[in-house]
Amino acid sequence: MKELVEIRWHGRGGQGAKTAALLFADAALGEGKYVQAFPEYGPERMGAPVQSFNRLSDRPITLHCGVEEPSVVVVLDETLLEIVDVVRGLVEDGILLVNTSEIPQAIRRKVRLEGRKVFTVDASTISRETIGQDIPNTPMLGALIKVTGFINLERMLDDTRRRLEKKFKSKPELIDGNINAIKRAYQEVKGE
Amino acid sequence: MGKISAKTGNEAMAEAMRQINPDVVAAYPITPATEIVQIFAGFKSDGLVDTEFIATESEHSALSACIGSAASGARTMTATASQGLVLMQEMLYIASGLRLPIVIAEVNRALSSPINIHCDHSDTMGARDSGWIQIYSENAQEAYDNLIQAVRIAESALLPVMVTIDGFIISHGMERIEIIPDEEVKGFIGEYRPRYTLLDEERSITMGAIDFTDYFFEHKRQQIEAMKEAKEKIIEVSKEFNSRFKRDYGLFECYRLEDARYALVVLGSTGGTVKVVVDELREDGVKAGLLKVRVFRPFPWQEIKDTLAYIPFIAVMDRSDGLSSLGGPVFQEIRSALYDIDSRPKVINYIYGLGGRDTKLHHIKQVFQDLQGIDRTGRIDGLINYLGVRE
Repeated sequence: MKELVEIRWHGRGGQGAKTAALLFADAALGEGKYVQAFPEYGPERMGAPVQSFNRLSDRPITLHCGVEEPSVVVVLDETLLEIVDVVRGLVEDGILLVNTSEIPQAIRRKVRLEGRKVFTVDASTISRETIGQDIPNTPMLGALIKVTGFINLERMLDDTRRRLEKKFKSKPELIDGNINAIKRAYQEVKGE
Repeated sequence: MGKISAKTGNEAMAEAMRQINPDVVAAYPITPATEIVQIFAGFKSDGLVDTEFIATESEHSALSACIGSAASGARTMTATASQGLVLMQEMLYIASGLRLPIVIAEVNRALSSPINIHCDHSDTMGARDSGWIQIYSENAQEAYDNLIQAVRIAESALLPVMVTIDGFIISHGMERIEIIPDEEVKGFIGEYRPRYTLLDEERSITMGAIDFTDYFFEHKRQQIEAMKEAKEKIIEVSKEFNSRFKRDYGLFECYRLEDARYALVVLGSTGGTVKVVVDELREDGVKAGLLKVRVFRPFPWQEIKDTLAYIPFIAVMDRSDGLSSLGGPVFQEIRSALYDIDSRPKVINYIYGLGGRDTKLHHIKQVFQDLQGIDRTGRIDGLINYLGVRE
């Protein structure tokens, strides 16, 4: 891992971009990393474009400014590709990971990206089939750890289960659905 | 070693409050401090704290309830931000004048108008003359540690304390922090034995009595002295905290300042960003450093003066502007502290980050470049500057 990894999540209000960043930070913490997870707070409305961020390092992180040059960009909603410059600031050897049924080459053309690495996974379909509704954030975590290798899958599953048990005390069926979603996305994510 | 976990600043403050287990918490919610009280109310309903929790109808009422509670000898806390602190303003002076050791977890947010929910320091800077000790935190860990120490500081100085974090940047940002075991926090803060209370029938006292030309000045003089003496008490509490938990806090933090030629003075989360720039500049051979103020009230001016005396070029960063036309409050006080030095450093002011405007690495680099420019030319082009604003 590089000295400091910065991740930017793009989603729409309600898709769980903030929760994904928090879950990812918690799992990275379990790997002994120093972590940050923070959302961008604008006028939050269901469906509006939102962003959240992660920083990971093996050393204490003191930066408290926004992320300008992410190493990884994760897009939870492919309709954002047309209205948000999702690859803005993405570093030379960076990774773009998109929730879509399309192949990486098609996404590369759509965002006119040169160099860097593009990965895709159909997290919405996975989410509908495992959780029963389109909440793509947890499957995207599975795809993210596969393409970056920052975190061990088993640890991610353990930490997610622990956090979701707190959040969904009254809906235990959602927990297994989310765990299966992470596993499937981990297996199904496609590179070029 | 405590438990390592990932928490937001608000979660960290609420966790400290759970461990402190105050007798009374009276509060009214306001963004971005709402979560502190919300999480704490959860602790209460889950039976994890013994606290009498009072949900009031306004912040003015919240602090009024805290005053009644503290006057009757209960360990008392609340949380607020921004307009909430402003609505408490009348009661802030009463709490400190009555010498009540109330602790506020405060989340820094800009003041209306225009309306804004994001971070700047206008709210607590507006309360800087209210007789409250003020402790600023860089990150979630410091917020947690400062809040625990604040209880001891307030009770030994007989003065109220506000511990602040930067709104959203820290309050809603999740970071790695170390949580001290419950029993050790309990051991550190100890049992509260108030020196004077309204409910002590053996030693009856009067609080809030009328105090005209005969004694008002004497009582204020004592309060002034208490604030001066609070400095040593803060140092004592910090030393004991360090001996137990191995995290060292002083009145302010010096970062690579020993041989610095250019120094920034800053409060709160931006201190962490400045450290990254200082490290980069040091690698390029530029003697840069940072003084991060932790305790702003009482203002440790002698110690700051002794520390900055030999640094020729200093920029003071203010996340609020006093609208006085002489820059921000931190600038005015630092500059005043340095006045008696024969070879006075050059001191300039930067107003930054108002209403949550992001302060990026290149902004901080610009400030250091400006100081280097003054070093080269001997000329100050702007005494008071505005960082990252369109004009």
